[in-house]
Amino acid sequence: MNRLGEKSFFGRIDWLTVALWLTLCTIGWFNIHAAVFDPEQPSLFNLATNYGKQSIYIFTALIIGFSILIIDEKFFISTAPLVYVLVVLLLVAVLVIGRNVGGNQAWIPIGSFRLQPSEFGKLATCLLLASYLSSQINKHPNKKTLLIGALIVLFPVALVMLQPDTGSALAFFALIFVFYREGYVGNELLVLGGLAILLFVLALLVNQWIIIGILFVVAALFAYALRKKRKYLINIGALFLGSLVYVLCVDFAYEQVLQPHQRNRIDIILGKMDDPRGQGYNLNQSKIAIGSGQLFGKGYLQGTQTKYNFVPEQSTDFIFCTIGEEWGFVGCVILIAIYLTLLVRLVNIAERQRTAFARIYAYGVASILFFHFFINIGMTIGIVPVIGIPLPFISYGGSSLWSFTALLFILLRFDSSRKGLNG
Amino acid sequence: MNSFFARKFVIQGIFIAVALIIVVRLFYIQIIDKTYLLSANNNVLRKVVVYPARGVIFDRHGKVLVQNEPVYDLLVTPREAKDIDTALLCQLIDIDIEGYKTRMQKAREHSPYRASIFEKQLSSATYAQLQEHLYKFRGFYVQNRTVRSYPDSIAPQLLGFIQEVNEKDIERSNGFYRPGDYIGGAGIERSYEDLLRGQRGVKNQMVDALNRPKGVFMDGKYDTLAVSGEGLITTIDRELQVLAERLMKGKMGSVVAIEPATGEILTFVSAPSYDPNMMVGRQRGNNYMKLLNDETRPMFIRPIQASYPPGSVFKVVAALTAQQAGVIDQNTSFYCPGGYRYGGGRAIMRCTHVDGSTDLIKSIQRSCNTYYGYTYARMIDSRGMSGPRAYDLWREGLLKFGLGHKLGIDLPGEKPGLVPTSDFYTKRYGSDKWRSGFNISLSIGQGEMGITPLQMANIMAIVANRGFYYRPHLVKGIGEKKIIKKEFTEKIDAGVDAKYYEPVIEGMSRAVNMPGGTAYSVRIPGIEMCGKTGTAQNPHGENHAVFFAFAPRENPKIAIAVFVENAGYGGTWAGPIANMLVEKYINDTITLPKYIQDRIYNANFIPKPAKKESIKKDTTSSKKDVPRQTVRNTPPEEPSNAAFYVHHSQIRNRYE
Repeated sequence: MNRLGEKSFFGRIDWLTVALWLTLCTIGWFNIHAAVFDPEQPSLFNLATNYGKQSIYIFTALIIGFSILIIDEKFFISTAPLVYVLVVLLLVAVLVIGRNVGGNQAWIPIGSFRLQPSEFGKLATCLLLASYLSSQINKHPNKKTLLIGALIVLFPVALVMLQPDTGSALAFFALIFVFYREGYVGNELLVLGGLAILLFVLALLVNQWIIIGILFVVAALFAYALRKKRKYLINIGALFLGSLVYVLCVDFAYEQVLQPHQRNRIDIILGKMDDPRGQGYNLNQSKIAIGSGQLFGKGYLQGTQTKYNFVPEQSTDFIFCTIGEEWGFVGCVILIAIYLTLLVRLVNIAERQRTAFARIYAYGVASILFFHFFINIGMTIGIVPVIGIPLPFISYGGSSLWSFTALLFILLRFDSSRKGLNG
Repeated sequence: MNSFFARKFVIQGIFIAVALIIVVRLFYIQIIDKTYLLSANNNVLRKVVVYPARGVIFDRHGKVLVQNEPVYDLLVTPREAKDIDTALLCQLIDIDIEGYKTRMQKAREHSPYRASIFEKQLSSATYAQLQEHLYKFRGFYVQNRTVRSYPDSIAPQLLGFIQEVNEKDIERSNGFYRPGDYIGGAGIERSYEDLLRGQRGVKNQMVDALNRPKGVFMDGKYDTLAVSGEGLITTIDRELQVLAERLMKGKMGSVVAIEPATGEILTFVSAPSYDPNMMVGRQRGNNYMKLLNDETRPMFIRPIQASYPPGSVFKVVAALTAQQAGVIDQNTSFYCPGGYRYGGGRAIMRCTHVDGSTDLIKSIQRSCNTYYGYTYARMIDSRGMSGPRAYDLWREGLLKFGLGHKLGIDLPGEKPGLVPTSDFYTKRYGSDKWRSGFNISLSIGQGEMGITPLQMANIMAIVANRGFYYRPHLVKGIGEKKIIKKEFTEKIDAGVDAKYYEPVIEGMSRAVNMPGGTAYSVRIPGIEMCGKTGTAQNPHGENHAVFFAFAPRENPKIAIAVFVENAGYGGTWAGPIANMLVEKYINDTITLPKYIQDRIYNANFIPKPAKKESIKKDTTSSKKDVPRQTVRNTPPEEPSNAAFYVHHSQIRNRYE
C-alpha cells in the first residue's frame, strides 16, 4: 500500500462510530471505578480492582479493534463457518469443564481470566447468519431459507440454555430484526409479537376470563366495522381464536414452564409481589439508587447507594445504577442519546453496504446491541424482568467487551472496504 | 439495496421508541417520584440506638457500689453469613457445634436479613481474641453495651440486679423497652429503674447494605445524645456493710442498722449472701438457677421478707405501749417467783430467774417474763372492756410502732410481718370471751407474732429517737442534685410519749452495761449502748438469736438489729456482732477480745442438708398466710410453757 492508500484506508473508517465506542468504554471505566470505589481506601490505580482490570480490557479491546481493521475483510467471510464451529465447540466445552458461577455454567477459566463463550456465540452466529443469508440473496425469501437461518440461530441458543443462561440466550432472539429486514418475516409478525407481549402481561395481571371478554368485545367491534370485507373478517376471527388459546396457555406456561425465580422476577415487575428484601431486592435497590439521582445526580464518586454496596452486581449487570445515581437524569439521557446515535448510525451503515453479507451482518450487530441496551437498562428501572446481561462497552468484564468490540469493528472493517471498493 | 429497504425506518423507529420509553421511565423515577429518594436516605441512614450508661450506685460516702463495665454482644445477619469457619468461631467464643447450629437457626427464624444476637455479653478478654478473627466471619459483628459490676461483691439483696426485659415488661412500659433491653430485676435496680436507666439516644449512621458502618451523617447534626441514668447515693456505709457481711458469713439471718435521726439504713445484710457479680455475664443463667435451688435461699431478702417472733426484744415495745395505755408506770413492780401463772394457776410461763420484786427498769434489764405476763394481763383484762376490744387497742399501739405492716422501704418485696387481729383469736377460741391467758405468749413476743428484722431495727430507731421514726430507706440522694424523696423526710410518730422512754432505755442500758444484765458481755468501753437480747423459738433446731440495740444513749448514732438463725441465745451470738458493728461505726475500732471475734467469724449455723426432707414437707403444707399452732418447744434460755406457739411464718419464711 502506498502512502495515499494507507491514508485513504484510515480515512474510510467510520470515525463517528469509533468515537461513540470509545466514549462508551470511557464512561464504563469511570463508572466501574465509581462502583467499586471505597471512600475509606481511596487508591488511585490498582490492577487488582475491577476498574484496574477493566483498563487492561479496554486497552486489549483497542488492540483487537485495530487488528481487525487491518485484516482483509474476506478473512471474516471465509472463516465464518469455522468461527461458528469453534464457538459451538466452546459452548459444548463450557458445559463439561466450565465453572459454575451463580448457578450458570457459563465460564471457562483460563488462568485468572474467565472466558464466557456465549458472548462470542453472538459474534459467530451473526457472521454465519450473514454468510448464509447473503448466499441466498438472489432467491425470493422462502420458508426453507428462513428455517435454516433460524436453525443457525437456535443451535447456540439451545446450548446456552443448557448452562442455563437464559439472559444470554434471549439476546440471540434479537436477530429477528435481521429476518425482518431481509423480508423473511413480515409486518404482521411485529404486530403479532406486540400483541403477544401485551396479552402475556395482561393475562398475568388480570383474570383471564375478563381478558377473553375484552377480546370478544374488541373482535366484535372490529368485525362490525369491517363487516363488508370478508377477508378481514376471517383474519379477525383467526386472531381472536388464536388470542383465546394464547391467553389460556399463558397461565399454564407461566406456572409450568418458567422457573420459580423467573416467575418471581416477572411478578415483581408486574407489581404482583411486594418483596423489597427478597427476590425484588436487586430491583428495588437499583430503582432506589437511580431514583435518588434526581436531575443532576449526586456527583462522581458521591453515590451512596452504589458506594455502600446496596446494589448488587453494580459493576457488571447493574452498572447503570451508578450512572443513574451519580449523573442523574441528565447523565442518563446523555448516555441513552449516545447509544441511540450508535444504534441509528449502525442501521444507516448497514443500509449503505454494497454487499448483502455486510448489510445482514450490520443488522445483526445493531439488533444484538439494541437488545442488550434495552434489556439491561430496562431491568434496572423495572420495565423488564431482571435478566443478567451486560450493558455493552460499559459493564465490567473482558469477554463481553472484547466480543462486542470485535462485533463492532468487524462491521467497521466491512464498511471501510465498501468505500474502498467504490473507489 | 432491496425491496425491504423501507423497513430500516421501522427498525430505527423501534430503537427510538424504546429509547423514549426508557427516558420517560427515568424521568418518572428520577424527577417525579420522590419515594426513591426517601428510600435512599433510609437505606443509608440507619438509626442506631445509643444505649445510655446506667446510673452508678454509691455508698453514703461516695464510694462506688455498682458501676458499669463494657461487654460485647456478637450479632449475626444469617443471610450474610457465608463460608464461616465454624470450628474456629466456636472455639473463640467457647460454644460447641450444636450450639452454633441452634443459635444460627434461631437467628434465621428471627430474620435472615436482620441482625440478631448470636452470643451475649462476651467479656473484654473474649472479645479481644475474637476481634482479631472477626474479619473471617462474614455477617458477624460486635456491638458493645454495658453490664453491671460490683467492685466489693457486697449487698446483692439490696442492690438487686438487672435482667433482660420479658414480654410483660415491654407491654407495661408502653413500648419503651425493646426486646434485648435490660431492666432492673430486683432491689434498688428495680425500685429506681426509671431513674437509673437514663434515656436512649439515636445516632444517624451511614451504613451499607451489609449494615457496615460507613461514617457519621452530617457530622451528627441530627443525632440525639443518650442521657446517662441518674447516679444514686445510698444510705449504706460500705465499710460497715463489708464488716457485717463478714461477720454473718456461715450464718443465716439479718443485720439491719439504721441512723435513727434520719431513717437511713447503714447496713443491710441478708445471710447467706452471694456475689452479685454472679448475676452478670454469660454464666448468669446457670448461676441464677443455682441460687434459686440453693437450700439456704441466698436470694431471699431476709431483712424485709423473713418474719420471726421477736422474742424478748418485744418487751421493749410492751413496756412502752403499756405505759402509754396507763396500765403501768415506771414505778410499777410485780413479784417474780420464777414464772407467771395464768389460766387459774394451772399454767405457767417461766422466767430464767427468781428475782422477787421487779420494777420496770429491772424487768428490761433482766428480761423478766413474769413482769410482762402481768403487764399483758392488765392490758387485756383490766381496762373495763371485753378481751377482743382491749386486744385491738393493744394491737393498735404495736402498729404505730411499725409492726404488722410494711414500713415502705424503697425496696421491692417487703413483707408486712404479722400481728393478728382480735378476730383471729375469737375465731380460734370459738367466742369473744377470751382473755389474756389465751394468748399470753404474745406478751413476750412469742406466738403468732411476726416481725421483720427491718421492723426490729426500726423499733430501736424509735426508742433511740424517744418516740418517732423516719421511714427506713436506702437511697438518700438522687442524681447530681442529691434529691431525697419527700416521704423519707416525714417524721412519723410512734404513739408513745417521750417521757415513757427513759425507764425502758435505762433498763436497756443496764442490760448491757451493768453486771447481771442479759448482754453484759457485749458492752462497749466508752460507749453507752442500750440493748436487749432475745431468743426466738425454732421448732426445727436451735433457736434464733436476736439482739437489738442503739448507741450512744444520748444523741444516738446507730440503731441495730441482729438476727442469727439457729444460733441459740441472743447474748452469745447476735450480741457480739452488734457490739463490733456499733463500735466500728462510732469509734472506727473493735475492742472485743480477739477470741470472741474469731469465734463469731468461724461459727457456722447453716443447717446440714440432711434436714431437707422435713423442710420440704413444711413448705408444701403451708401455703396460706394463716398463723398456726405447731410444735411445742422448750427454749433453753427463756422459760417455756405449755401454751407456747411457734409462729408459723418462722418456718415458712425460712424455707419457702
